Amino acid sequence: MYPSRFHYEAPRSLDEAFGVLQAYGDEAKILAGGQSLIPLIKLRFAAPACIVDINNIPGLDFHEEDSDGSLNIGALCRHRTLERSPLLRSKYPTMSATAPLIADPMVRNRGTLVGSVCHADPQGDWASVMLAMGGEIIARRADGSERAIPVSQFVVGPFQNALAQGEIAVRARVPAARGTRTGTYLKLERRVGDFATVGLAVALEVSGGTINRAGLALTGVGPNNIQCTAAEQSLAGKSLNASTIEQAARLAAEAAQPKTDVRGSAEYKRHVVYTFVTRALSNRQASAA
Amino acid sequence: MEERRINVVVNEEPKSVDVEPRLLLAHFLREVLGLTGTHIGCDTTNCGVCTVLVDGLPMKSCTMFAVMVDGKSVTTVEGLGLPSELHPIQEGFREEHGLQCGFCTPGMMMASKALLEENPNPTEEDIRWGLSGNLCRCTGYQNIVKSVLWAAEKLRSEAGAISR
Ligand SMILES: Cc1cc2nc3c(=O)[nH]c(=O)nc-3n(C[C@H](O)[C@H](O)[C@H](O)COP(=O)(O)OP(=O)(O)OC[C@H]3O[C@@H](n4cnc5c(N)ncnc54)[C@H](O)[C@@H]3O)c2cc1C
Ligand code: FES
Ligand code: FES
Repeated sequence: MYPSRFHYEAPRSLDEAFGVLQAYGDEAKILAGGQSLIPLIKLRFAAPACIVDINNIPGLDFHEEDSDGSLNIGALCRHRTLERSPLLRSKYPTMSATAPLIADPMVRNRGTLVGSVCHADPQGDWASVMLAMGGEIIARRADGSERAIPVSQFVVGPFQNALAQGEIAVRARVPAARGTRTGTYLKLERRVGDFATVGLAVALEVSGGTINRAGLALTGVGPNNIQCTAAEQSLAGKSLNASTIEQAARLAAEAAQPKTDVRGSAEYKRHVVYTFVTRALSNRQASAA
Repeated sequence: MEERRINVVVNEEPKSVDVEPRLLLAHFLREVLGLTGTHIGCDTTNCGVCTVLVDGLPMKSCTMFAVMVDGKSVTTVEGLGLPSELHPIQEGFREEHGLQCGFCTPGMMMASKALLEENPNPTEEDIRWGLSGNLCRCTGYQNIVKSVLWAAEKLRSEAGAISR
């Protein structure tokens, strides 16, 4: 289908972008990778009057660690870059496991992590990863001021985020770990490249066999990505063994709010959550010890 | 009606064209430039038959606006080789029967081009993974994989011959 008409701006700086956002108010829509927005525009589920293409703004395509040990991911850092990142491979196992499981190679060449979290699709994988890692989105305003919004407060509903009008999400940030990071992302899909039937992000921060911080979040089994707070709390301060793993798996399965749909029954999905948590934590036992 | 002038290099030829912002890159290539080798097979960004290279990377031309390639270079299947001088990937698809109806073939070949540039010696698994965004409704995947393996070998032997 042909998209409906819109006005197009391709600002060359953040300042220019803020100018356009101010001029168009809530008629303006930011375009990053376009891999969620353009399909919606083509089906005419979305018909913004003005598209603000941020792809020509320099300085947004990065991912790097700050001197305080936090990881920053710029608004134009593509899934592709994260998939190939030596930094993620060596220090961020949960993220490095996720990147290749997002969509397909062509979509990964354009889509961005920040765009994915902004899109707040209950089936988006990155929001679960950011929840599990305690990540936040840094929103910037026209006057140059910035505020950090924890992803747990950033995603406010299906396809709804906490950005105020005129704000741009300039980067995502993951705070420094307390100990060594272990973890993974497990995703059940009907076929390669599909959205998750069930997705599980596990991100642990461990020292000397003790879990300092546990992050567990679910994709595809609720109206939004679900942070498994009870399961996380049950693991904090403990070490991994058969009984702590069983308890976490049970609590995570209880936190899921699956619905029966084409991808499977609610009961089946809840069972997969239990199995995934058991599997992810069992695999990590050796490296956490 | 709002139009914008874009300057884009398509298959090594510079073009300067006024386009409406809502024009999809796939429609620009097919309807404005007449390059109908790039196909359109779905409305949901799922099938990959519209795959072209933008600055060397495979992208779905149905999910980009033409205005977004201003200042960039685009390669379509027409830029891969000539009927008289096929690209090794095209030869591979001919030799190994990598096509049945041929509808998915241009997208498959463009994705393969990028795949082989990044990984000249892929395993069967690498190829299946690299082509996972390209659907073949004739389900001819087995021969498509063989075609890409054939092309990889030919490209490696050509590169070897040059460096020797
Ligand atoms: C076939 C297909 C399969 C897919 N499979 C998966 C999958 O398995 N898992 C998955 O997680 N995702 C999947 N996706 C979605 C993909 O990951 C998108 O790249 C992602 O959801 C959106 O990122 P984007 O950069 O493309 O954002 P865009 O499409 O450009 O934008 C999405 C939304 O976020 C807003 N936005 C974007 N960037 C900013 C910013 N910096 N500041 C403020 N607002 C912003 C936009 O205005 C828009 O509302 C799939 C997409 C397709 C087409
Ligand atoms: S036409 Fe199907 S992905 Fe582009
Ligand atoms: S050859 Fe027919 S769709 Fe692939």
